[in-house]
Amino acid sequence: MSGGGFPREVDQPSEVDFGRRVFLQRTALVGGGLVLALALPPSTRGARAAGEARDLNAWLRIGSDDSITIVVDRSEMGQGVYTALPMLLAEELEVDLTRIKIVAAPVGEPYVNALNGGQVTGTSNSVQDAWEKLRKAGAQARMMLIAAAAQMWHINPSECHAADGKVLSTQGKTASYGQVAVAAAKMPVPKDVVLKEAAQFRLIGKPLARLDTPDKVDGSAEFGLDVKLPGMLYAVIALSPTLGGKAASVDSTAASAMPGVHRVLATTSGVVVVADHFWQARKARDAVRISWDAGPNANLNDAGIRELLQKAAAKPGASALSRNEVSASLKNGNAGDALKKAAKTLSAVYELPLLAHATMEPMNCTADVKADRCDVYVGTQVQQMTQSAAAEAAGLKADQVNVHTTLLGGGFGRRLEVDFVPAAVEASKAVGAPVKLIWTREDDMTHDYFRPPAREEVSAGLDEKGHLVAWELSISGPSITSRFDPTNKNPFDSVIEYVQNFPYAVTHFDLRYNRQEIGVDVGYMRSVSHAANCFAIESSMDELAAMVSRDPLDFRLELLAGKPRHTRVLKLVAERAGWGHAPKGRHQGIAFMEGYTSHIAQVAEVSIEGGRLKIHKITCVIDCGQTVNPRIVESQIESGIVYGLSAALWGDITLRNGRVQQRNFNDYRVLRLNETPQIEVHIIPSDAPPGGIGETGLPPVAPAVCNAIFAATGKRLRSLPISAHSLA
Amino acid sequence: MVTLTVNGTTQNIDADADTPLLWILRDHLSLTGTKFGCGMALCGACTVHIDGAAVRSCVLPVKAVEGKHITTIEGLSKDRSHPAQRAWIEADVPQCGYCQSGQIMSAAALLANNPSPNDADIDAALSGNICRCGTYVRIRKAVHRAAELLRAEKSS
Repeated sequence: MSGGGFPREVDQPSEVDFGRRVFLQRTALVGGGLVLALALPPSTRGARAAGEARDLNAWLRIGSDDSITIVVDRSEMGQGVYTALPMLLAEELEVDLTRIKIVAAPVGEPYVNALNGGQVTGTSNSVQDAWEKLRKAGAQARMMLIAAAAQMWHINPSECHAADGKVLSTQGKTASYGQVAVAAAKMPVPKDVVLKEAAQFRLIGKPLARLDTPDKVDGSAEFGLDVKLPGMLYAVIALSPTLGGKAASVDSTAASAMPGVHRVLATTSGVVVVADHFWQARKARDAVRISWDAGPNANLNDAGIRELLQKAAAKPGASALSRNEVSASLKNGNAGDALKKAAKTLSAVYELPLLAHATMEPMNCTADVKADRCDVYVGTQVQQMTQSAAAEAAGLKADQVNVHTTLLGGGFGRRLEVDFVPAAVEASKAVGAPVKLIWTREDDMTHDYFRPPAREEVSAGLDEKGHLVAWELSISGPSITSRFDPTNKNPFDSVIEYVQNFPYAVTHFDLRYNRQEIGVDVGYMRSVSHAANCFAIESSMDELAAMVSRDPLDFRLELLAGKPRHTRVLKLVAERAGWGHAPKGRHQGIAFMEGYTSHIAQVAEVSIEGGRLKIHKITCVIDCGQTVNPRIVESQIESGIVYGLSAALWGDITLRNGRVQQRNFNDYRVLRLNETPQIEVHIIPSDAPPGGIGETGLPPVAPAVCNAIFAATGKRLRSLPISAHSLA
Repeated sequence: MVTLTVNGTTQNIDADADTPLLWILRDHLSLTGTKFGCGMALCGACTVHIDGAAVRSCVLPVKAVEGKHITTIEGLSKDRSHPAQRAWIEADVPQCGYCQSGQIMSAAALLANNPSPNDADIDAALSGNICRCGTYVRIRKAVHRAAELLRAEKSS
């Protein structure tokens, strides 16, 4: 095994909430009792050959050499879980963070994310799920270590305490954790655990350096693409150019004769070429003659998709209120009346395009299939689904498949899918050797599970005094969850995120969804429907404020009266951004969101000269409750803003005859260094429970920028990307 | 057979002459710090130094670099001591980290020619390197810091 960085497990078998029900059902679907059939966790393994090491629980292993290894059960994709989660455990264990080694968890029951109902890294809830669990695990281990030392010294545990990786007695005796780990592992697991109060935290809340940084500056960090196994071959796949099509006939004569080529095989997902090296496979792919059956999408175009959504929007749609899918404070007063009696009304259609995740690391998977076992090495957000998919492809049982999670070169929801796994497994099985299948950028861009398009129709009304008397939203678009989990009968799934907790005071509220499939698979993308719904809400609030000539900030604050966390982020962002005092020639726009149990507000400062937009600065204030590591929070918010700006400015996946028109970064433009505005992030200190941060920074940036464009030009942009509009 | 000098070591490699340098480094020499991102010199993840200049290795046929000195992220320093690496650690630049070898190699090439880059110089040298995690704010900060460290190194 090559590579530095975080070792994989290699030596053992290894408010209104949508996420939970989604993944719970999915797990049941793909697993068929999977959770119960999982391989045993590492805590059952006992001592290792090399030195004495003991598992004190599923997340902690202590060696007689005083080595401390923490098993992290969420995937590191940049969001900082390989630092934040160990901080939780280390806080209670009383060890220095820099001493800790990290390994990625195998598939295992203890590693299920309770909030997602599966071993899933998503929904920005890794810290929320781990908050009690890992602190408790650290505290229990500490108590077991103390109990073992006390027994060794024939004293009462109450005469001992722990500090800096050691047990110390009041009589001055000292034992390192390594010295008592073997005995501690035999101690009963304490049931009554008292966790530290916030005032006692040594680590939590401190801007500590990330544990994964050093390996990411010298090339030693190991991503899926970097996995190397003895005798490993490389593979490239030919995917149907038309989404949903398949290979009708394959002539591999020429390709098979090319240097280094071992095999050309048709798999369930495409035609795979296996060779000694990637470049040989890549060249040979061009020589495979494939006749494609274009399938049902042969005539699918953007205009057709837009028309489908428009037609769907004319239907009444499923009511989120009648199904209790919205927060209790939202009432359907009387739609017709409220709007008819309103002094001023707004009727606006907001449109959002398909988007690609475009992770920096293209999809890839390394599989090693043997008669009775299969090992897959992959950057994945879903270890159980990966295990199930590999088992099916290999013709093995789930517990015969070991999933080795590498670092992820970006996830953003793309690696919640396992579409790139089976072909690697099928190829390895066919050639009888480990195979690393690598998608090219073009494969990755054209065969994403795209962020679904949405048509969002807002109808709103204000009375004579300018109070919001009605706000209705009708969403039309395809459903991610219905594809991801066909057993899910809930018609709303993630589509109504954020808007189901519409924060502004309103007399009459309505929310409806018209599910309209478009023939193309859509998937979860960072912030999922928060982005589309925040765009509709925050654009419409700005439009309403303008209709009554109100300041957009004051208008919002008035409607958020009595909500301290909401108003505080808005007031502070206005203060930090110098709201109302933009430098000459610059214009500001504001947006707010409540999501992932965090509250966030942003101000965009832009200028437009000769029709050219320049974004100078994004100021952001977030209240995400108790922070584990404010340094990571800050970088995640910067990250969400940059990701959101790429989408807002240029993000647009288009289709012609069922083929994706964007293939690489030349035609799917993303933000670069020279285009990045100044970004200022301010975190409001809080002792409220931790909120999510990985996705939260993204949604407000598009409406904040569009609202600033309105302030600058009087032009209201009701669709994205911004680049599709003339600002001259 | 191709003869290459990588990180100071000269070696013979059995590969087709048109194979991009990137795949020679990764597959033949197990230098996997250099990443594949786009295959079209659009994203910079594959950036290495050829005779000191930052070059995209994903489109460069290996035959074209015979006799030249190639430096990869693994050869930038033995112990993460290059000023860019130190500055990157100090600012905790990486998130997913996938693009960072390329970012650092672009920064190191810039600093070798310009020990006091201004923002425009940094824009010019690093705008060919995409980061989807959006670490750009920190990258800019780290390049300025690396320049400080470099100047301090030279004056001591």
